[in-house]
Amino acid sequence: MNSAAQARLSPRSPFDLFIAFTVLALQGFGGVLAVAQRELVDRRRWMTREEFVDAYSVAQLLPGPNVVNLSLMLGDRFFGWRGALAAVGGMLFAPLVLVLVLAASYNQLASFPAVAGALRGMGAVASGLILAMALKMLGTLRRNPLGPWLCALLGLTTLVAVTVFRVPLAWVVIGLGLAGWCLARWCIARQDGGQ
Amino acid sequence: MTSLPLADLAELFLRFLMLSLLSIGGAMSTAPEMHRYLVVDRGWMNDADFTTAIALAQAAPGPNVLFVPVLGFQVAGVAGAAAALIGILLPSTLLSLGVSRWGSRRRDTPGVRAFTAGLAPVTVGLVFATGWLLSLPFVGEPAHRLGALALIVATMATTLKTRLAPIWMIAVGAVAGILGWV
Repeated sequence: MNSAAQARLSPRSPFDLFIAFTVLALQGFGGVLAVAQRELVDRRRWMTREEFVDAYSVAQLLPGPNVVNLSLMLGDRFFGWRGALAAVGGMLFAPLVLVLVLAASYNQLASFPAVAGALRGMGAVASGLILAMALKMLGTLRRNPLGPWLCALLGLTTLVAVTVFRVPLAWVVIGLGLAGWCLARWCIARQDGGQ
Repeated sequence: MTSLPLADLAELFLRFLMLSLLSIGGAMSTAPEMHRYLVVDRGWMNDADFTTAIALAQAAPGPNVLFVPVLGFQVAGVAGAAAALIGILLPSTLLSLGVSRWGSRRRDTPGVRAFTAGLAPVTVGLVFATGWLLSLPFVGEPAHRLGALALIVATMATTLKTRLAPIWMIAVGAVAGILGWV
């Protein structure tokens, strides 16, 4: 962190943060992560590449939208809770207004078959994007200490529980998460012991 | 715009507060649960409205979590949007702030490593489930099943094989929809 601090610049004020995150969020069609990396690391140099990866892995682990958690951590680091508020506010405010205006006009435009058709097509693409994201996430399991069979077992049990049996999410996360945690502790202990 | 009695609005807010702490891997992993609550249990919106909310949020710039206020908006206008967004963000945000301050220095302890490792496959399973449930209304309708399937598979292939920005795929989906293929 100390060596990284030399190359790092800082926002001048929470307002500076708010503007930067607004600009960033408005560029993020279909996901903000890639834009965040380019703006925060490459262009503004508020974080090093390593800090970005670290912050993102923590953000991913915590509940809540990853990019919102990431904004929160970066804002907090510079200006405490005021910075956190400014960064999250910038990330959400302008896109929120935009998407609500879209939603409101959709209710009036929905009677046009072309609009309804366009949204059906966009919806199908949206579901494809999420399935592709899931496939990409599969790759991150390769280095999981649980190993392929236990990962497949946990993942498939989750999938079947949610889609076929419609088990409430709370039970899935608590039940299977706890099972995963116990299994992973056992696997990690065995691997550390075996080395 | 429909509007809800205050008691229902409060219940929606509380429900989303609870979901917030379960939204590991992003708000999208709670989408099946929101669908269950808003469409199946309460009947406040239908399948098509639900999927539309997600499509709008994906098409518009900004974080995908914005599908949540759109759901709230469709159920109860601006008050619904506020209740849904604040509900889904407040607990997770406070927790993240606390945890990130508490420090990432314990990340290498076995307990924390096991937490990441154990939850990862569950998260991936949840994202698959979300994609599956979202594609159902399109694939389930016999008249447009082939078109929708083709579009979904093409989107997946493009995402995995190229670096094309999603906005272009969404534009293609919109055109295909206007032409009546989906």
